[in-house]
Amino acid sequence: MADPLIEVKEVYKSYRRASMDIPVLENISLSVSAGEFLALMGPSGSGKTTLLNLIAGIDRPTRGEIRVAGTSLGELNESDLARWRSRHIGFVFQFYNLLPVLTALENVALPLLLTPLSKKERREHAEVALKVVGLGDRMGHLPRQLSGGQEQRVAIARAIVTDPTLLVADEPTGDLDKNSAEEVLNLLSRLNKEFSKTIVMVTHDPRAAERAAVVRNLDKGVLV
Amino acid sequence: MELFNLIFKNALRHKLRTFLTVVGVAIAILAFSLIQTVLSAWHAGVEASAPDRLITRHAVSIVFPLPVADRESIRAVPGVAEVSYAHWFGGIYVDERHSQFPQFAVDAETWFTVYPEMVIQPDEKATFLRERNAAIVGEKLARQQGWKVGDTIRMRGMLYPGDWDFVIRGIYQGAQKTTDETWFVFHWKYLDERLRQIEPWRSGNVGWYTVKIADPSRSGEVARAIDQRFQNSIAETLTETEKAFQLEFVAMSGAILTALKIVSIVIIGVILAVLSNTMAMTSRERLPEYASLKTLGFGTRHLVFVIAGESILIAAAGGGLGILLTFPVTAFFAKLLADLAGALFPVFEVGRTTILACALIAFGVGLGASIFPSWRASSLSIAEGLRRIG
Repeated sequence: MADPLIEVKEVYKSYRRASMDIPVLENISLSVSAGEFLALMGPSGSGKTTLLNLIAGIDRPTRGEIRVAGTSLGELNESDLARWRSRHIGFVFQFYNLLPVLTALENVALPLLLTPLSKKERREHAEVALKVVGLGDRMGHLPRQLSGGQEQRVAIARAIVTDPTLLVADEPTGDLDKNSAEEVLNLLSRLNKEFSKTIVMVTHDPRAAERAAVVRNLDKGVLV
Repeated sequence: MELFNLIFKNALRHKLRTFLTVVGVAIAILAFSLIQTVLSAWHAGVEASAPDRLITRHAVSIVFPLPVADRESIRAVPGVAEVSYAHWFGGIYVDERHSQFPQFAVDAETWFTVYPEMVIQPDEKATFLRERNAAIVGEKLARQQGWKVGDTIRMRGMLYPGDWDFVIRGIYQGAQKTTDETWFVFHWKYLDERLRQIEPWRSGNVGWYTVKIADPSRSGEVARAIDQRFQNSIAETLTETEKAFQLEFVAMSGAILTALKIVSIVIIGVILAVLSNTMAMTSRERLPEYASLKTLGFGTRHLVFVIAGESILIAAAGGGLGILLTFPVTAFFAKLLADLAGALFPVFEVGRTTILACALIAFGVGLGASIFPSWRASSLSIAEGLRRIG
């Protein structure tokens, strides 16, 4: 059997508030295979987003080890971690997090600035990504000129444009109406099935979780 | 899409805020450059000083005259190439407002030799030397007063009684930009001959000597030799370089100049405060975006580049506008000052140093205003920044 893409071993995470340690995650162990679509579910405050942030290398555990694509994230310093994220992780956020002054095409091309690609190549890659998400005709639009569903699809295009190892999505349908949510979930499913993208998605929406092959529940910082 | 594109678009995101900040910086830079221009104008005489000229005056004060007979003694000092002299006249032309220009009775034969930067046509000089009541005026003064060659000018003496008529026989031009073109010079002999008739006890005196020396590197030695020559005489002398002489006049306005310099520094502080406020507001609003950029893999240097770039761009726009406005506004003030105070500032122009200082200040302020926002964005944890969204 192949090594898992993500290995979370006995991870503990706490935050310090007013000289008190508040535990958020306790003794989490988890593994995700390449090509898997995992949904992390749980009520608000259960630690879903914290676990996602740890897996994506944007936060560090208090204890324990996280290995993604063969790299132990704890061994990387901040700048190496930033470089690692740009190569291996594609992010999809609940509120899209697009830069409002940039067009859809420019937003999608943004992560490619960190690659050695030429301007022309960056443009071509961004165009392809936007076509994949069905927004080939909205490239010159600013985020405010798009619907919520379209904005989220632009965000997905931005997430996949560098062809990352792992897609992480934090409540990708949390700010969308039913139809738009459906479109975004269809797209994520397609990316998983057709392009074999490994996806870890945080959601508290059961309909979204249905799209995932594996569903894990978190409650008060513990995987149940 | 390059990060430069993002900088431009960010700068134009809040157009009104950016516009007001640019205007604020422009006004401050304009005020700074005007003050610097005034300070430069004050020092114009110092700047125009020649290294090969010494000024010999009465040791007690310049208000005490020296005997004209001292000239030959000074000329005999080794190292002295030529000696000329001048006497302050202090006449009123029409009224006080029209009389704010330097008027000197000078030794006609030697004056233009020791002041070669006052360029005069040979035929005009020849006429000037021939006619006892002839006068030479600077081009700027002639323009201000509407005088031309051949005009007869009547002045009422304030220090020397009676009406004095002069015929303008030439108009000099400055060889350098810093040359004062507002002087009115006429024959010392014209003044002295009339004094012999009306107040003979005041005749035979000059205000100061201008000494041209052969070797500027020996100025100290020559100055000491001149003063030694008149030690224990009835009119002891003090000889110094022309620059030191001019600086004494500047020093008389020391308090005003210091105040102006302090105001300049305050203005720089104001610009920094205006821009820092804008950048602080901007960065606070964009913390989630910085967090997103960090999530995508952009590092501290990218964030600093974007933030400092925007700050410098706004400062450069304001600085550029301020510098552009400086020229017409300075010209307006120069005209206003000429109308109100005559030749108070004979050279009132924006200097290259002032422009360079304005550009450097704009750049420095732009960079300075970005330090705190850059630090804040760099030290922001991604998780913290992302929590601010929604």
